[in-house]
Amino acid sequence: MNLVFRLAWRNLWRHPRRTWLTTGAMVFSNTLLVFMIALQFGMYDLMIDNTLQAFTGHLQIQAPGYKDDQKMRQTVADIVPLAESLRAELTTASIAARGTAFALVSSEERSYGIAVFGVEPEFESNVSTIPGLISKGRFLGASDAAEIIIGAALARNLRVDLGDELTLLGSGRDGSFAAAVVNIVGIFDSGVADFDRSMTEIPLGLFQDVFYMNGSGHHVVFDAGGIDGVAELQSRVGSLLPPGQDLVVHDWDALQPGLKQAIKADMSSAFFMYGILVILVAFSVLNTQLMSVLERTHEFGIVMSLGLTPGRLGRLVLLETAIMGALGLILGAILGGVITFWLGIRGFAYPGMEELAAKFNLPARFFPQVSAMTLLIGPAVVFLFTLLAAVYPALRLHRLHPVEAMRAV
Amino acid sequence: MTAVRCVDLCKTYRQGEEDIKALDHVSIDIAEGGFVCLSAPSGGGKTTLLNAIGGLDKPDSGEIYIAGRRIDNLSKGELAELRLRQIGFVFQAFNLIPVLTARENVEFVMQVQGVPAGERQKLAGEILDEVGLAGLDDRRPADMSGGQQQRVAVARAIVSRPELVLADEPTANLDSKTADGLMELFRELNEHHHTTFVIATHDKRVMSYAKRLIRMLDGRIVDDIVQDAA
Repeated sequence: MNLVFRLAWRNLWRHPRRTWLTTGAMVFSNTLLVFMIALQFGMYDLMIDNTLQAFTGHLQIQAPGYKDDQKMRQTVADIVPLAESLRAELTTASIAARGTAFALVSSEERSYGIAVFGVEPEFESNVSTIPGLISKGRFLGASDAAEIIIGAALARNLRVDLGDELTLLGSGRDGSFAAAVVNIVGIFDSGVADFDRSMTEIPLGLFQDVFYMNGSGHHVVFDAGGIDGVAELQSRVGSLLPPGQDLVVHDWDALQPGLKQAIKADMSSAFFMYGILVILVAFSVLNTQLMSVLERTHEFGIVMSLGLTPGRLGRLVLLETAIMGALGLILGAILGGVITFWLGIRGFAYPGMEELAAKFNLPARFFPQVSAMTLLIGPAVVFLFTLLAAVYPALRLHRLHPVEAMRAV
Repeated sequence: MTAVRCVDLCKTYRQGEEDIKALDHVSIDIAEGGFVCLSAPSGGGKTTLLNAIGGLDKPDSGEIYIAGRRIDNLSKGELAELRLRQIGFVFQAFNLIPVLTARENVEFVMQVQGVPAGERQKLAGEILDEVGLAGLDDRRPADMSGGQQQRVAVARAIVSRPELVLADEPTANLDSKTADGLMELFRELNEHHHTTFVIATHDKRVMSYAKRLIRMLDGRIVDDIVQDAA
């Protein structure tokens, strides 16, 4: 072992309790950071997947401009055959066509403005979790049946139940009057208030008839299985679009810009808290190293008289800090990694989490995401700040005068 | 050839309201291979002069030359380099690095000088044998007697064969037998390696080993005697 490294190592253990206390603070914060960051990233993935799998999907084919200005006229022609050909080309069933309209829905007692989605009953469950969230009745059956499923909140508001009839009134694609009478066959409870209050689904065939869609629709929705494969799928879908038809493929980020913004906002506040934690650790290191430098003033005076420059001594102090920081990093990353890995398998929950999770359409247990990034980013930042904290004690050595330093007790 | 040359050195300290003249127009020449004792009562200026010669302290005025090179106008870094390569220090309080063993203390300066590890270990072993510490290489300072620690300090000071060794009260913490042993060692090194020794002391027995005795009082040289060493 290099003599300077040996000296730095032994200097650290002159006061084992102090070194362990400082290293312990680093290990604790590193463990906490590994766990919190892994949990946070796991939660974001879950939020993205759950939000997208609920209804939006990872990708959608739409007419240009439809995303920003949802006009009935901006359609995807022959949408069912297009969805069929894409399912065949991509050998996946996780593609479904949809149409969207806004209508006034009336029961015997009340009326509300709602969104009506025409969906392919046999494929919708592959791109949306809504069919699986039916709490009463069943999902839609045949493609042209006069059926509707509605959210639990809307059912309460309209004072209707399974088997009751609803009247839909709206505008068709060509601006004409659109109307239909449909039977409630299912009531879903997604836990997302907006969905349950204002969203309804009817079969796509019926939708096309009622709203004069002439075989067209508004979205072809894709579930990519997770966000990792979205970019590749997007480029494949782009190459499979029918020639001569002006269509665009939007990814989830374009479809749900609020989701990324919400994640960014959450990240900012979380990283602010992490920053405070890291600064506290850095101050603990600063305190330790400053004490260590001050109590060795006499010794530093001697080695300076032997010909060591303040720069070399400063590097020695930085090396001592780096060793302590590396210990904190390794132990913290290992401990944090083990805890996170275990909770990654078992899941993590706390009292009251169920209600909070339901609000964001999340499951009742979170699973931290263990990766090299989540394991190392926190400890690496702590290590960096630890080194920065040692710069001041190291720079103080430049002010040291050998004769005065040797007089220090 | 002159090993040390001081020309009209002055140094004043402020102590409370009073100015203390630690060096008052001091001029000396010490020849290569000299064995010189600086003797003065406490506060007489011997340590200040030693520190000025070693580049640890700067005089207010005057000039200092080591092996013909003027050093009083050098930068901190240049002075550190000078001490590292040309000057060995021995202090009253041994001043070893407590967490390093005897061998490592001796090796440390060589490591800073950039001596390769193999050569460093060989030289450290040899010098520890030479100062009579064979077999104690792996002891830490706390496990050695005062005399042994001072021998390690001497080994550290001379291992890279400096031209000049400055010793400040090197026997102050030693019993008379150990002090004699140390002075014998200094004389041997002076004779065999032609190393110049400048020793600040007020111990009469130490002075008796010197070939030249310079007495100081209130920062001035009051006596400069060439004598027959004991």
